[in-house]
Amino acid sequence: MGETLAKLSIASKVEDDALLGAFLERHGRRIAAMPPGICPVAAQLSLLQAAAAQTCGKCVPCRDGLPRLVAMIERVAACEAGEDELRACRSLAEMVRDTSDCAIGYEAAQALLEGMDAFASEYESHVRSHGCREGVKQSVPCETLCPAHVNVPGYIALVEAGDYAGAVGMVRKDNPFPTACALVCEHPCEAHCRRTLIDAPLNIRGIKKYAVDHAPADTVPIPVHSADTARTVAIIGGGPSGLTCAYFLALMGHRVTVFEARKQLGGMLRYGIPAYRFPRERLDEDIRGILSAGSITARCECPVGLHEMGEIAETYDAVYIAIGAQTGKTLRMDHADAAGVMSAVDLLGRIGDGDYPDFSGKRVVVVGGGNVAMDCARTSVRAGAAEVTVVYRRRKEDMTALSAEIESAIAEGVEMIVLQAPVGIETDEAGRCAALITQPQMIGPVRGGRPAPIAADKPQDRVEADVVLIAVGQDIQAAPFEEYGLETNRGCFVVDEYLAVTGRDNVFAGGDCQTGPATAIKAIAAGRVVARNIDEYLGYHHTLRSDIPVPQAHENDRTPRGRVEITERPARVRRNDFDHVENGMSREEVEQECGRCLRCDRFGFGVSEGGRQQYA
Amino acid sequence: MPSIKIDGTVFEAAEGATILEAAQQAGIRIPTLCYLKDANAIASCRVCVVEVEGQEHPVPACATAVRDGMSVTTDSLKIRAYRQVALDLIISDHGLDSTRYCFSCDKNGACELQALCREYGVLEPTYRQAKEHKPILDANPFLSFDPNLCIVCQRCVGACNATARNHTLATGKRGVRTVIEAPFGEDWLATGCESCGNCAQACPTGAIAVKRRGGYRSWETERVRTTCPHCGVGCQLDLVVKDGRVVDAEGAPGPSNQGLLCVKGRSASFDFVDAPDRIRTPLVKNSATGEFESATWDEALDLVAARFAEIRDAQGGGALAAFACSRATNEDIYLFQKMARTVFRTNNVDCCARV
Repeated sequence: MGETLAKLSIASKVEDDALLGAFLERHGRRIAAMPPGICPVAAQLSLLQAAAAQTCGKCVPCRDGLPRLVAMIERVAACEAGEDELRACRSLAEMVRDTSDCAIGYEAAQALLEGMDAFASEYESHVRSHGCREGVKQSVPCETLCPAHVNVPGYIALVEAGDYAGAVGMVRKDNPFPTACALVCEHPCEAHCRRTLIDAPLNIRGIKKYAVDHAPADTVPIPVHSADTARTVAIIGGGPSGLTCAYFLALMGHRVTVFEARKQLGGMLRYGIPAYRFPRERLDEDIRGILSAGSITARCECPVGLHEMGEIAETYDAVYIAIGAQTGKTLRMDHADAAGVMSAVDLLGRIGDGDYPDFSGKRVVVVGGGNVAMDCARTSVRAGAAEVTVVYRRRKEDMTALSAEIESAIAEGVEMIVLQAPVGIETDEAGRCAALITQPQMIGPVRGGRPAPIAADKPQDRVEADVVLIAVGQDIQAAPFEEYGLETNRGCFVVDEYLAVTGRDNVFAGGDCQTGPATAIKAIAAGRVVARNIDEYLGYHHTLRSDIPVPQAHENDRTPRGRVEITERPARVRRNDFDHVENGMSREEVEQECGRCLRCDRFGFGVSEGGRQQYA
Repeated sequence: MPSIKIDGTVFEAAEGATILEAAQQAGIRIPTLCYLKDANAIASCRVCVVEVEGQEHPVPACATAVRDGMSVTTDSLKIRAYRQVALDLIISDHGLDSTRYCFSCDKNGACELQALCREYGVLEPTYRQAKEHKPILDANPFLSFDPNLCIVCQRCVGACNATARNHTLATGKRGVRTVIEAPFGEDWLATGCESCGNCAQACPTGAIAVKRRGGYRSWETERVRTTCPHCGVGCQLDLVVKDGRVVDAEGAPGPSNQGLLCVKGRSASFDFVDAPDRIRTPLVKNSATGEFESATWDEALDLVAARFAEIRDAQGGGALAAFACSRATNEDIYLFQKMARTVFRTNNVDCCARV
């Protein structure tokens, strides 16, 4: 080296680093595809092994401590270690955390220690009972992660085979809203798709959309319901959860009455999601299907208060409360009640019954970063607003809205002003809203898993606005039910794991009014669970069998391919109307997408006893 | 019906058949280990792998459906090598050095793993690993589980769940390892296990075994097919006979039992055959001494017939009743009630088969 000191080499010091990039991307995909049901100790071990492999070999705690920790956790993971060894492991990890020179060492030990606390009961099971806790078992990722446990590989195979009605029927076995979920589901099924190991998760929602586009739900016959039981069930709330419960109870032969406060059925699918994302006529396809399942009487414009609840509880054999979270949260700030300031939920609710606003020439500001905020912003664009701005107190990447929604809003001309917290409304002489006053924020420490904003040392700002839409969350109108004597916690109904309200065996609650505002598919799953539990409560054990055969699996296609994404109509066109924004896949595209399915119901643990997670 | 070419010959396969089923139907043997008809086709052992023309990777014959025009090779150097490695990996984790060596295992000579390893020349494990010996579960009076010999083929799981439908034997997790959780430990009485032993019959090795297997070696025995005498279901079983004595019973394929047995059929229907206090001739009580004395069948039956006839003629048929043992076959019980109605002239008939 001495003789070349004067000259500089441009050659990379570590040639393989560039090459390694692709392999590390693979590593990342493997972590992304972590199968549901994996033992948390095993998952931690793999993280620790990765850390131990990263050590540069300089310092004792990391160089020697991490491999020792790996060996110890290997024994813990294999359920061979005792409590003493686990204690020894903890104290070694504390030493590594406290004395490592760099983050390669101390972060690895910190992660291990945090995991030991987070998964304390699993660790305890390993060292005391020498086995994982019951339920630690892998299962088919998509089906497991779908809250309603829809047989995803089954309907993908049916779409591939061209049997779209079969696919709709397969979805409907667990979820009577195939169209809603094809169009607006947040697709948790895709999160740990095993295909991620090879290229990317399947576009499961897109495949389902192809099925319902080619076999509309109301054209696919509903299974024949069981014999009439003459037992009556009242369902309060005609949204996704209530209607799901009604559907399955009707199939079981029970007589269902749905009490809906609004003019039409559908809940937030109609009164919360704009038509350009979920056209009303498509929602009606699902609802027509549901109502044809058996004895379902829908009583719209029938709000249930204290008096009605008393009557219902006395009249019906069982009650399901699925009233959702219908009122918009408000912000406590000056002039929050000025003309022009309105709740996002109210705006979308009125649109649900066809009362579209006219924002022609107006400057609209939406406060919030969730899907409802995006829905409002995009609706305002379509309502003719001159400019639409979303004001959010965190960063864009912290928004809870789906990133596709954010992107679409931006494409349609919505401006995102981030790191600004609303502090007040500026009014004009007439008391009308003129601007939103904001306090700039800076992103700060991570709290509860995500970075929290703190007030920045900057002067207040103002965003001119004729209309301010508040989209900062929703509340549950639980008051009449609380008065009736049902237990709630911060407005949410308190239930047991079977969704029976505390202290009641025939009153159940589920969906948004029990969980707080969440997704349609979670509400659907709750309706499915309650239907079964009401059936059990009534003394029946109806089984809802599906006789749709799942096509044989073909061998895995191991060739990496891109994921087919659903495209949208051009922003400059779609922003002018409320028509559906999405285009469908072509047959060619859906075939490639279905062909990527690794059929985890047939390959891997899915084929073993206990390898499926299904309600049916 | 799809047509399939196996090792160069074309056969018609049944609709929906697997390659294995098609080959079996055609009389071509594909070796299997974890596969058990109607109970387990999870394709875990990879011993039944075959080559399919046009497919890059071998496929498990037990779980791959036949497609029309498929061309399958069941044996080749490549396939043999894969099978050898699979068997090698399995015996490397089979506890050969632990609780029981092959020769001292109760299943020696009847072990499917042993037979396959001999067939494929896998004579010792390549991937040796030091393992802690796990305790054997043998609190159950009829069955024991030696986890050290378990190859986790899950045939027992299929037998307990898919066929016997008892749902008491399942897989569990030890971190990344899947293990069999057999309910034969100290708390066996508290489990739902009925000790039917279908898991033991399904086990290809000596991991789950009927305890009485220790009393014989399979090559010392012969099998006699018969009907279980324990109730009217008519399960078919093979009595395992060593030196003229019944030492075990195995479920045999019969229309009512499909190879399954219950605890009574497997473990409680034959020990009385050689019981020292078994009554081997009819006994007639000597009214003078009050003692039972040996009699011929003719003497005993004549006596019984005469006494019953007397009672019937004196008191009418209503004075008599016929009560059959639940262990009689349906055919015997039918004849018995027929006799009661026609000879005894009574409708007082019953049987304890409702136990």
